[in-house]
Amino acid sequence: MSAIAVDPRVAKYGRRKFVNRIAITMAMLAMVFGLFWLFWILFETIRLGIDGLTLDTLTQMTPPPNDAGGLANAIYGSFLMVVLAAVVGTPIGIMAGIYLAEFDTKSWLAIVTRFVNDILLSAPSIVIGLFVYAVVVSRFKSFSGWAGIIALALIVIPVVIRTTENMLQLIPAGLREAAYALGAPKWKVILSITLKAARAGVVTGVMLAVARIAGETAPLLFTALSNQFWTSSLSGPMASLPVTIFKFAMSPYENWQKLAWAGVFLITIAVLTLNILARVMTRNKI
Amino acid sequence: MSSTLPANKASLNHPVGLSGRVMTPPSKPKVARSGPMADRIFGWLAKGAAVFTLIILIAILVSLTVSAWPAIDKFGFGFLTSTTWDPVKEEFGGLVMIYGTVMTSLIALLIAVPVSFGIALFLTELSPSWLKRPLGTAIELLAAVPSIVYGMWGLLVFSPVLSTYVQQPLQKAFGDVPFLGTLFSGAPVGIGILSAGIILAIMIIPFIASVMRDVFEVTPILLKESAYALGSTTWEVVSKVVLPYTRAGVIGGIMLGLGRAIGETMAITFVIGNFNQLDSVSLFQAANSITSALANEFAEAGEGLHQGALMYLGLVLFFITFVVLALSKILLAQLKKNEGART
Repeated sequence: MSAIAVDPRVAKYGRRKFVNRIAITMAMLAMVFGLFWLFWILFETIRLGIDGLTLDTLTQMTPPPNDAGGLANAIYGSFLMVVLAAVVGTPIGIMAGIYLAEFDTKSWLAIVTRFVNDILLSAPSIVIGLFVYAVVVSRFKSFSGWAGIIALALIVIPVVIRTTENMLQLIPAGLREAAYALGAPKWKVILSITLKAARAGVVTGVMLAVARIAGETAPLLFTALSNQFWTSSLSGPMASLPVTIFKFAMSPYENWQKLAWAGVFLITIAVLTLNILARVMTRNKI
Repeated sequence: MSSTLPANKASLNHPVGLSGRVMTPPSKPKVARSGPMADRIFGWLAKGAAVFTLIILIAILVSLTVSAWPAIDKFGFGFLTSTTWDPVKEEFGGLVMIYGTVMTSLIALLIAVPVSFGIALFLTELSPSWLKRPLGTAIELLAAVPSIVYGMWGLLVFSPVLSTYVQQPLQKAFGDVPFLGTLFSGAPVGIGILSAGIILAIMIIPFIASVMRDVFEVTPILLKESAYALGSTTWEVVSKVVLPYTRAGVIGGIMLGLGRAIGETMAITFVIGNFNQLDSVSLFQAANSITSALANEFAEAGEGLHQGALMYLGLVLFFITFVVLALSKILLAQLKKNEGART
């Protein structure tokens, strides 16, 4: 080929290669950009979180400003509400998921439910909080742990419905037919064959739902509110880790901010661990 | 699908066996096998759970409307165009918050869409296959970090950095230029619409990127390979084959991210500054969004008009996200339909 670069085809080829190189570089930069934030956030959370983390954090009550204390009541409140919300929300979610995957997959009710479920799945969680406030809190005239549990359960349900349905659809029809051929009634086929086969996926869905509500703050702000003291009574205001972090982080007091970082560290570790566990589980099964 | 096979009847009519011996019919079961009744109850439970989700959506709409009624009745649609927010005089208008929500979401999209596109391109076309999984997981973990963590990090770590390294140099450089000067004016603390938008962008990148990656992967490999065989570069394959094929899905993914951005609460509440006035178009102006107004004021709002106005805002928020999500669903469904028709 001659060294004269004015050959239009050669020039065009050069230009195309150049554009391609730019595009590839930009894509790599985008990847780095995305990872950069993850590492920055994790780094700061760990650095500042470990700094504020002591034994007292896990054993002492939330303190008044400029006083020593911990997050024990908030951790307990969060734990209680998250567990109960998962216990309330999971069966409803699994049943609805079963309906969508095993009963009328193509009926209008199933189509509408699927659509509504997707809307609820991404509905702003603060709207769920408003709803529970209007229905529960303003009726009983009191913020309560129960209201918080209901709000969190309403977030659990759509997540569990979605994963249950998806996982059940992956079960080969042959399994079901084999069970039917043995004369098993439908409920038995579903509970002890298909649901059992899809167990890992369903558990993953529940874990992801728990991970999501463990960090939710907005729906608790005006349902469970917060509480400075240890309480096991679900009919009164109840402290939770995210709401306490919110209150402490926005305050000007140094000890509160330190505790907030410790709380953020605990939540992040818990949520990320649940997420990674869920991923590992689905990778091995199905 | 019929649930119970007529097993007994079939065996009764069973032909004579090979040995010539007549097979004994099984004895009639004493109780009807836990069939029809249990099945029906189970079916009702499942259907009930599905109907329950519908009821929740309707209940949310109804209860928000009822609670917001005092404000809807008094302000009507004028609520959406008024900038007054005065709890003392009981004058309420939502424009400041709606502006904050729209602006922060737009900034977030402006940043997140190109970055997500790049990430999806990298994960589907460039990354060596052993890296795909860990990198994809890392990006998805970004979505799992609770929003309060973003908020606190944004307020205490990111804002000071943004202020020192971005806002102040910009103010120094463009402070006297007429339009740009106003755009960058404001107290040099790094909180406001821009930082809220950036943090939202970081939060929605994983959502948009993973939808884009998934829809890029449904492009038939034959189409791509044909383009490569004709001598296309990677960029040409992505921009002229993959992107047109997945257009509906990509837009659906963007809408999904937009829905997230609009409804995000805690991260914004930390960094937007919570300021209920609209007197500057500056990107560093403390502002307010629908969600942060709700988070900050609702628990302390007196019953009546103030609470009603906040509920009205909540209703507007729910309506906007509903429309955005419905659009995204429809677009993503369209992609699926095309996919079915072509393969």
